[in-house]
Amino acid sequence: MAETMTAEAPGHTPEHHDGEHHTSTGLSNEKLAMWVFLGSECLLFGGLISTYMFNKGRIGPNDVGPEDVFDIPFTSVSSFVLLMSSLTMVFAVSSIARGDLRGNRIWLATTAALGATFVAGQVYEFTAFYSEGLGFTTNLFGSAFYALTGFHGAHVTIGIIMLMSLLVMSMRGNLGPERAETVEIIGLYWHFVDIVWIVIFTIVYLFPQ
Amino acid sequence: MTITDRTITAPEETLALPAGPAIAHRPLGVFTRPQGSEGWRSWLFTVDHKRIGIMYGAAALFFFLVGGAEALFIRLQLATPNGSVIGAGTYNGVFTMHGVTMVFLVIMPMAAAFANYLLPLQVGARDVAFPRLNAFSFWCFLAGGMLLTSSILVGGWFQNAPDGGWFAYAPNTGLLFSPSKGIDFYAVGLQILGIASLVSAINLIVTVLNMRTPGMSFFRMPVLTWMLLITQFLLLFALPVITVALFLLMFDRLWDANFFNVEAGADPLLWQHLFWIFGHPEVYILILPAFGIVSEIIPTFSRKPLFGYHFMVASGIAIGFMGWGVWAHHMFTSGVGPLSVAAFSVSTMFIAVPTGVKILNWLATMYRGRLRFTTPMLYAVGVVSMFTIGGLSGVTHSIAPSDTQQTDTYYIVAHFHYVIFGGALLGLFGGFYYWWPKAFGYKLNEGWGKASFWVMLIGFNFTFGPMHILGLQGMSRRIATYRADEGFALWNMVATISSFVIALGVIMFFWNVYVSTRNWRRAGRPDVGPDPWDARGLEWMTASPVPEHNFDEDIEVDRLDHFWHRKYGKDENGRIVRAAPTSEIAHDGSNTNVHLPSPSYWPIVLGGGILLVGYGIIYNLWLAAAGLVFLVASIYGWILEPADDPDAGGHHDDHGDDHGDPDSNGGPSGNGELATADEPAETEEATVG
Repeated sequence: MAETMTAEAPGHTPEHHDGEHHTSTGLSNEKLAMWVFLGSECLLFGGLISTYMFNKGRIGPNDVGPEDVFDIPFTSVSSFVLLMSSLTMVFAVSSIARGDLRGNRIWLATTAALGATFVAGQVYEFTAFYSEGLGFTTNLFGSAFYALTGFHGAHVTIGIIMLMSLLVMSMRGNLGPERAETVEIIGLYWHFVDIVWIVIFTIVYLFPQ
Repeated sequence: MTITDRTITAPEETLALPAGPAIAHRPLGVFTRPQGSEGWRSWLFTVDHKRIGIMYGAAALFFFLVGGAEALFIRLQLATPNGSVIGAGTYNGVFTMHGVTMVFLVIMPMAAAFANYLLPLQVGARDVAFPRLNAFSFWCFLAGGMLLTSSILVGGWFQNAPDGGWFAYAPNTGLLFSPSKGIDFYAVGLQILGIASLVSAINLIVTVLNMRTPGMSFFRMPVLTWMLLITQFLLLFALPVITVALFLLMFDRLWDANFFNVEAGADPLLWQHLFWIFGHPEVYILILPAFGIVSEIIPTFSRKPLFGYHFMVASGIAIGFMGWGVWAHHMFTSGVGPLSVAAFSVSTMFIAVPTGVKILNWLATMYRGRLRFTTPMLYAVGVVSMFTIGGLSGVTHSIAPSDTQQTDTYYIVAHFHYVIFGGALLGLFGGFYYWWPKAFGYKLNEGWGKASFWVMLIGFNFTFGPMHILGLQGMSRRIATYRADEGFALWNMVATISSFVIALGVIMFFWNVYVSTRNWRRAGRPDVGPDPWDARGLEWMTASPVPEHNFDEDIEVDRLDHFWHRKYGKDENGRIVRAAPTSEIAHDGSNTNVHLPSPSYWPIVLGGGILLVGYGIIYNLWLAAAGLVFLVASIYGWILEPADDPDAGGHHDDHGDDHGDPDSNGGPSGNGELATADEPAETEEATVG
């Protein structure tokens, strides 16, 4: 309809300078992109978990298998640590939304520390398994186990790097309440990585056969 | 809000600028942004979706010549019985690289060219959601393409080329059977291309979901936008699966993992499943963009709206879903078991239904239309007819006993060339002719265009048509030669001669580009006008070539084919009459009062880092480690880059004049307390991680 458009382009009106996003869905581009990316990640871990389940039983009678190496109490504790980091991540998001920058820094650091504890536990676990005779090349179970948990550990590590970057930004005064959504988006990633661990822990450790 | 208000284009609203007040920045050394929109540098550092689209198209055409030359070598080798043009080892490399190049470096980036150029225009946006990430996608694609193609040359002619076929079945591609570096190039190259496609898919999905102009609801989007959106979703979910498969293969080859070590109890079906769960959606990734292009061309040159728009969209979505449930029809002879064979037979028959819907709707669109057989229309009709042949031979594969007979014969080769060449490639070439005036400001020559179409079509049919016969006679794929007494000589000779006819058609296309450009320049660069074909989509509502800011003002869309309905109305007798001249409706690109994102160094730097890591993984892990450090540093450079540079040439910013003062971003800062920050507001950090 001809009247829907005017020939001249009016200048900017003040309300557009407040930085509000007007997107078709109402979600910011950044947050939507993270959700879309996490959708793709589901298929990545889906493929890795399927590969693990397909291969875990393909070992000889005298090979090192899941029962020979797994230390369920130890891994339960490190899983608990990782799950608690989701809680502290929530605190980090809520503190920055409230404008509590000091609290935000504390919770970001705590989350990163809990994540690092989990990764350290994984490194210890890998070392222990290796000394018990399970290497990456030992058998199909070894290859599949290290590939799956290694990919997850790499994701946690990238998450820690992002949390530390946020922390540095915050220390330098660049992470104010107006950027609470950045923390929230990193939080989405962090929660996703935690949820994937729940699946991996259940499938790999709790139901080894 | 009145409609007039919606025509405002505030940068904070339309572009991917950060949420929250802009933060003043203090650029340090390299942390400034490149400037200017002229010269070769402006192409290297551009973040403009149109330039990126053009670069995708140019790169795809270059790789098309590479892949085409490989095809000609295949045909020369097979021209006569006991051929000895290239040896069997080289032949393996040539047919593998032909397939990989045509799939990953030609059809996919050509589709990406149209997606980049047209998606933002068709939904009425200024750019994609993340312009820098978009540039990164292109450079990452080019890095992967260069790495993959370099395998032809390194260490001797085709000595290190991938040689396991485009689907690289493990364990045949393990170190034992493929000791050269070829499969490493394949695995690493495809990983890099996968990163590029994944980033691009996320970017384009967000663009379509989030950046539609007011009134552009989902069911007012053009069918091309729909098909490209579905393609991006297929990429999003299919790529991680092949990523897993390629990682497993890499681990096996680099670090002696056991995933495909049959001696250790591995099952070779693992690769086949992972590959084809990716591979079958990939088939639709290749064809759906061409379907979208055809759905744009046919209504324009039939002067009718697309018949059954909603059915067209729904059948595209149905293909997107059903494409995930047919993969094992590539594996009928691999021993997946009778139940799987029966189930995948049925699902394969069913997926022909939505495809058939599309073909019928195109025919119904043309029925009783005022047809104009321009070059794009010829290509579109070519797609409809050639794809129908390929689709029908495809349905024959759902009959498992028949498929068992034809597996790994030239019947399969004939089938997928009819759908990928006759479907996807002809559609993309039609798209070149159709949108050429939009991108460059002049039409390609119709005479040369039609001649090259007919040469290509005839060459195509006489190359791949006879392969049906050869396949039914039992000629195997991927075998470097055949004996004289097998009875394959005649049709192979026909196919070889005809393949050179195709090559002639391709040369005529490039000649057409040259001649048309030259004639246009000699004629003093006449303006082709915004809407040379009398078309329907929003992209025709702005000047040609499209100005950097796309539209002078936001468009309020009130129905499907908005632009068409602005041009034409109905008189009291229900006859279609012109309502307004195009010049009154279309934008002339004169509004320079638009703030655009500045170009950036980092996308191409990041692409270079990825290339370094890629070669490092293949040759020397220390190089890979160095590349990784460079890559991480580049990511931080990217994050620390000033969000915006008001001094960039060619952009007229109404934020106020602060030329020569790079310490201020000129935006409405109001954040004095953060003035010492050198951390700019940053938009894409989340996705970088």
